[in-house]
Amino acid sequence: MSDSQTSNSSTNAPVTGTAHVKRGMAEMLKGGVIMDVVTAEQAKIAEDAGAVAVMALERVPSDIRAQGGVSRMSDPDMIDSIMEAVSIPVMAKVRIGHLVEAQILQSLGVDYVDESEVLTPADYANHIDKWAFTVPFVCGATNLGEALRRITEGAAMIRSKGEAGTGDVSNATTHMRGIRTEIRRLQSLPTDELYVAAKELQAPYELVKEIAETGKLPVVLFTAGGIATPADAAMMMQLGAEGVFVGSGIFKSDNPAQRAAAIVKATTFHDDPETLAKVSRGLGEAMVGINAGTLSQSDRLAERGW
Amino acid sequence: MTAPVIGVLALQGDVREHTAALAAAGARARPVRRPTELETVDGLVIPGGESTTISKLADLFELREPIDKRIADGMPVYGSCAGMIMLAGEVLDGRADQRGFAGIEMTVRRNAFGRQVASFEAPVNLAGIDGGPLHALFIRAPWVERVGRGVEVLGTVTEGPAAGRIVAVRQENLLATAFHPELTGDRRLHAYFADLVRAAI
Repeated sequence: MSDSQTSNSSTNAPVTGTAHVKRGMAEMLKGGVIMDVVTAEQAKIAEDAGAVAVMALERVPSDIRAQGGVSRMSDPDMIDSIMEAVSIPVMAKVRIGHLVEAQILQSLGVDYVDESEVLTPADYANHIDKWAFTVPFVCGATNLGEALRRITEGAAMIRSKGEAGTGDVSNATTHMRGIRTEIRRLQSLPTDELYVAAKELQAPYELVKEIAETGKLPVVLFTAGGIATPADAAMMMQLGAEGVFVGSGIFKSDNPAQRAAAIVKATTFHDDPETLAKVSRGLGEAMVGINAGTLSQSDRLAERGW
Repeated sequence: MTAPVIGVLALQGDVREHTAALAAAGARARPVRRPTELETVDGLVIPGGESTTISKLADLFELREPIDKRIADGMPVYGSCAGMIMLAGEVLDGRADQRGFAGIEMTVRRNAFGRQVASFEAPVNLAGIDGGPLHALFIRAPWVERVGRGVEVLGTVTEGPAAGRIVAVRQENLLATAFHPELTGDRRLHAYFADLVRAAI
């Protein structure tokens, strides 16, 4: 994969915005929890709880569902106030295909842009050309082909989509298991069948071949969408996620600070049931949630993106 | 020559990359999340990650005292990026409750080069490492503002707005870099650390 910018002045000069530093940033978030926050105060609670980054947005997904309407990039004032409030990385969301929202976020200095199905798409055919940016992007995926198309467009990090704002983890497990199963399938194929596999995945052959050889995506793979409890986070880690996004699950629960800290601990000790039992105690009510199976087609956010 | 056992502090961060780099450098690498696991290692790597998170989890899971004690007893430790912050005697622009281990006499500024859009790659020459400069990745990286008398400066940024900034140091058995050799496939720094651990056993 080529770098998005190259230096022509001197071979020793520092170079920014390369695939290496964009993907490397996501490597530093591994084993961590990224939390949705809508105010500077919530961002501080997240940082206090041990979040590795926060996602600044105007409404958490469960409110977007409840309130409806077109959902867009957040107000720059609100993003600035969160960047000032915390020292950990700050991410923010843009609508799928909305290249100008992304340009604005880059100029604000956010650390990662999420081209997100949670917001209302701005382009029903194209995603953003992410190679054109210095800021790195994370994108959602429901399956391997979708993940590879996003990586081809320059995504430096992938997250499973799950079904955001439901508190129902079932879609996140489906997506994570699906991606991992498809990777294992590629590893088992004879090399002469990888061409057709690439065609079926609607992804470039070179990338498909790389995954067949390495058994993993070339970028970090997190999980997102419906994670509401420490046990949910730990299960997703056991299923192969390298870290966790928690959206509505924290600040729509009874005791956000305690739940946030519990999910951080559960992500690190995801394979230790004794620790998981300890951190799961006395958290109060989790978010009420919606059974994702009862959502009508038009309310399914995971199906946005192509 | 026996392979030293080197732990990677596995609370959060790029643990897998350090583990692979150590194995390629001839060490036996294993994750460390508990005090009992710490007892089994000859040296420790503190990976890149989010220093506020690693600091918090080290306290919660009661690793701070045992690690401080092992450092006092001479255990070699290498920290990259967040790991450098965790080894710094003093941290600027950190959280008020953020604490490092009893490490290197230095003052480190967190996120010193700027936010992620300022993250960069550049070659860095390191004293004690032969074969030309290391290709260094700086990701929301810290730099070292001041070092104590016992600290050896191994490398600095050579060009650009931050030219001259200290990004690699060593004090006896403690080694720290602001950048991430674990992400590059160049194993010289991990081999250097493995040698240091071997010599300390």
